[in-house]
Amino acid sequence: MGMRDLASESAGFDNAPAGCGGDGAGPVGDVGNGAQVVPGRPDRLGSAAEAQSDPSGAEVRPADGDEPYDLAVVGAGPAGLAGAVTGAELGLRVALLDLSDRIGGQFYRQPAAALRATHPERLHHDWEAFADLRRRLEASGVAHLAGHHVWTVERVEGGAEWAVHAVTGADGGEERPVRVRARAVLLATGAYERQLPFPGWTLPGVVGAGGAQAMLKGGLVLPGKRVVVAGSGPLLLAVASSLAEAGAEVPAVIEASGYLGYARRPRALAANPHKLAEAVTHGAVLLRHRVALRTRSAVTEVHGAERVEAVTVARLDEQWRPLPGTGRRIACDALAVGHGLIPGIELATTLGCATRRTPDGARALVLDARQETSVRGLWAAGEPGGIGGAQLARTEGELAARAVAARLGRNPGPGGRVRQLKSRRTRLRTFAEAMATTHAPGPGWTGWLSDDTEVCRCEEVSAGRVREAVQDYGARDARTVKLLTRAGMGWCQGRTCGAAVSCLSGDPEPPSERRPFTTPVPLGVLAALPPTPPLPETHRG
Amino acid sequence: MRSASDVIVVGAGVVGAACAYYAARAGLSVTVLDRGPVAGGTTGSGEGNLLVSDKEPGPELELALFSCKLWQELAELLPRGVEYEPKGGLVVARDEPGMAALRTFAAGQEKAGVTVREVAADRLPDLEPHLAPGLAGGFHYPQDAQVMPALAAAHLLRASGAEVRLGPGEEVAGLLTGPGGAVRGVRTASGALYAPHVVNAAGAWGGEFARLAGVLLPVLPRRGFVLVTEPLPRVVRHKVYGADYIADVASGSAALQTSLVIEGTRAGPVLIGASRERVGFDRTLSVEAVRRLATGATELFPVLAGVRTMRTYAGFRPYLPDHLPAIGADARVPGLLHACGHEGAGIGLAPATGRIIADVLTGTQPPLDIGPFDPARFEPGGSR
Repeated sequence: MGMRDLASESAGFDNAPAGCGGDGAGPVGDVGNGAQVVPGRPDRLGSAAEAQSDPSGAEVRPADGDEPYDLAVVGAGPAGLAGAVTGAELGLRVALLDLSDRIGGQFYRQPAAALRATHPERLHHDWEAFADLRRRLEASGVAHLAGHHVWTVERVEGGAEWAVHAVTGADGGEERPVRVRARAVLLATGAYERQLPFPGWTLPGVVGAGGAQAMLKGGLVLPGKRVVVAGSGPLLLAVASSLAEAGAEVPAVIEASGYLGYARRPRALAANPHKLAEAVTHGAVLLRHRVALRTRSAVTEVHGAERVEAVTVARLDEQWRPLPGTGRRIACDALAVGHGLIPGIELATTLGCATRRTPDGARALVLDARQETSVRGLWAAGEPGGIGGAQLARTEGELAARAVAARLGRNPGPGGRVRQLKSRRTRLRTFAEAMATTHAPGPGWTGWLSDDTEVCRCEEVSAGRVREAVQDYGARDARTVKLLTRAGMGWCQGRTCGAAVSCLSGDPEPPSERRPFTTPVPLGVLAALPPTPPLPETHRG
Repeated sequence: MRSASDVIVVGAGVVGAACAYYAARAGLSVTVLDRGPVAGGTTGSGEGNLLVSDKEPGPELELALFSCKLWQELAELLPRGVEYEPKGGLVVARDEPGMAALRTFAAGQEKAGVTVREVAADRLPDLEPHLAPGLAGGFHYPQDAQVMPALAAAHLLRASGAEVRLGPGEEVAGLLTGPGGAVRGVRTASGALYAPHVVNAAGAWGGEFARLAGVLLPVLPRRGFVLVTEPLPRVVRHKVYGADYIADVASGSAALQTSLVIEGTRAGPVLIGASRERVGFDRTLSVEAVRRLATGATELFPVLAGVRTMRTYAGFRPYLPDHLPAIGADARVPGLLHACGHEGAGIGLAPATGRIIADVLTGTQPPLDIGPFDPARFEPGGSR
C-alpha cells in the first residue's frame, strides 16, 4: 500500500497520546456528491438499523413535497453520531450521511464483517462511548444514509434551507445523485493526515501513520514485520502501541518535536488528567515491547530498491533542521509516518465560512460558543474546528445539536447539561491547542528535501520544480505553484502535497483548503441533478 | 524614493505581463506590481482561449487577428512550457436554422480575414470522432489556439526582465500626481514608486484602480465556472462549442448563461466552460451552473458521462458595458494608461494589448485603430 492510498485516509485520534482514528466522514477527500432524496418523515424511512442494512441508501426515497429534515449531519464519526442522536432525542428529524457503509468514521473504524473479528474493540480506545452512541442511534429515528459521498452543500429556497448533495452507489458502479434538504447542517467531516515528503517517501512500504492504524482496525493487516513509526504528534504513540500489540516489531518511534511542550503548559495537562493516563497506557505498552522513543529526530531518508529496507534517522535542532553527522540507519521493512492531522473543512470553505490558522499551521473553522460557523445555519463539530480527538468531538457534536434545536424553536434540554458540555469543550480545546503548538512542524523540515524529491506524487512534481516556480516565476503561494507546475492538480487535489507545497512556496498562510468538489463526481451524475432555480438577487454577492 | 522606472504596470496577470514584455522590448525600464502572486486573478482562472471564431467583424476581431499572429511569434520565443497549441476551433449547430445563422456569421468573418471552413454533418467525425450523432454540421476555425494562461503570464513576465514586486505590501493605495495632474508614480503600502507612466492592468479590479486615479472606468466582474475532468487520452481534439456561445458572449445579461466550450488539454484533463453571470466577486459554487455545464458537455460528447469531474473553479471576467477592452492612454490623466476589461478574451488579446501599450508609450503609431478602445469613452458627455 503506497502513501497515495493513505493520503486519503482520514485518521483522527484521541487528542493526546491516546487512541486514534478520525472522527470524520472518513477520507474527507471522499466526501462527495448528490441527492435525490427529498427528506421525509423518519417513520417512513425505516429505523436506523434498517437503513444500515441497505448501505447504498437506494430505498430512501420520500415523496416530493415533504418537509425538509430539521438537521442533516455529514459524517458518522464521534462528532456526527453524537450530533445525530442528540438531535433525534430532542425531537428533530435528522438525516445522517456518511460515505462509509458502517458508522464510526475513522476513529471507530471496524473490520469488515467478512473478517469475522471477534473482538474489534481490543483495537480501540474508548469503545464504550461508541457502543453507547450506536445503541442510541439504533433506538432513534435518524435516517442513516450510508454510502453517501457528500460533494457539496448548497443554500436553497432563498437561503432558508440547505441542500446536501451526495453521490451514492459508487461501490456498486451505478452512481446517482442524491439531494437531501434540511433546515440546518452539521459538518462532522473529520480530518485527514498531513504528509511531509522526504527522499524515498514514495517507496512501497511507506504508509501513513493513520493509514497503518486504519489498515489494522479495518482490515486487521500489518504494513510490515518490522515497522518504524515516525513523524510528529500523539498519534504516533497510539499507532506504535497498536502495531506492537498486533505482533509487529517496532524498533523505534521517531518524534520530531520534544515532549517538553506539554510540560510548558502544565495547566492544560493538569486539567486533562485522562490524557496523562492515556499517555501512560501507551508508554507502558511501548516499554513492554521494548520500543525506543526518540524525540527531536526525524526520518530524513528511506532506503531500498523495490521497497523499504532501511531508514536514516537524524537528530533535529529547534527548527527541525537535521544536525549534520547525526544520521543513523535503522533496518525495517515498513515506515508508518504522519505529521498530525488537517481539519476536513472543504464543504465549509466552499460556502465561505471563516477560518483560522491553527498553532500547527493548518486551517480550521472559526466557530462560535454554540459550534456555529460564520455562515448562519451551518454548524461544525470535532476536527473541522481544530484537531482535538474523539472525546472533544462527541462533546461538540452534542452541543451543536442542542444549539440547532434551540434555533429551530425546540427545547435544547437542561441548561446545566449545556454548561457542562461547554466547560468540557473549553478544557479539551485548551489541551488540543497545547498539543498543536507542541507538534507544529518546524520550518527547517524543507531541508530534508533534495531538488529531485517528488513532492506531488499525482503529477510527479519535484521539490526543485516547486522552488523554481517560486524563485524564477513569481509564485508566492500553493495555488500559483499549482498553476505553474501542476503540483496538487492530480487525483488527490493537493490533499497530500498541499501542506508541503505551501511551505515551499514561502506562504505564511496555510493552504485555503478550497475544493468545490470534495470528491470526483461523474459528469453523468451532475447532468442528472434536478434543475434548481437560482437564488433571488438579494442572496447573491 | 524606492526606485524609478519608465513605466509601472499594475497587475501581474497575462495582460500586465504582455505590457511589461513589449514595453521592455521597446527599450523601457519596467516595474510590475501586484498585491497577489503572478496570474492570481482572472488569468489563473482562465482556459487559455485564443479565439477568433467567436468574434463578429469589428474592432475586437481585428485585435484578435493581430494578437493571434503575435502569439505565434511568442510561441517560438518562449519556452515550450506555455503549452501553446494551434488546435483550431469547431463550432457546431444542432439544427439547420442554427447552421444557417453560423453560415452568415462565418461569411462576415471571412471578409474580415478569418480563415473558416464549413463542415458537413457527415464530416464532423473526421474532426471529432466522439461528437454526438445528429448534429446539423459545423464550422472549423484553424486559427483558434490555446495556451496555458498562468504559464504564459509567468514566462512573459520573466522574459520581460521587468522588476517584479509581488505581495500585499505592493497593493497600490493611490496615484502620485504632479503639476497639471500628470502621473508621477504610485503609492503602495511599502512606500512610493516613481515613474512618468502607470499602466492599469488590474483586470477585474481595473475599475477600482481607475477610481483611485479619479477616473471612471466601469469594469464589472462576470463570473464563470469551468469544470475540469480527470486526465483522459485525447477525446476532444479542438475547442468545440455550440452556436449559442457566440450569442452569450455578446450578451450583457446578469442572469446565468451557460454556453459550452469543451476542449482537451495537453496535460490530459478536459475543460468544460463556461457559465457567465454577474454576481459580483462571489466564489460560491453554483450547483445549477455545474449541472448545466455537465448536461451540455454530455449531450455533445456522450462518452464524457462516465468521466469524473475533479474540480471546478470560478473566475471573474473583467467586462465593460460595450464588451470592448480599454486600451491606451487616458486623456483625463496625463501618464495614465489602461489595459483592462478584456472580459473572457484577455489571454488571447494580451499580446496585441501589450504591443499597443508599448507603441503608445514610445509615441509609435499602433498597427490598428485604437479609437474604439478609448478608456475615456464611458465618461458622461464623451471623451475629453
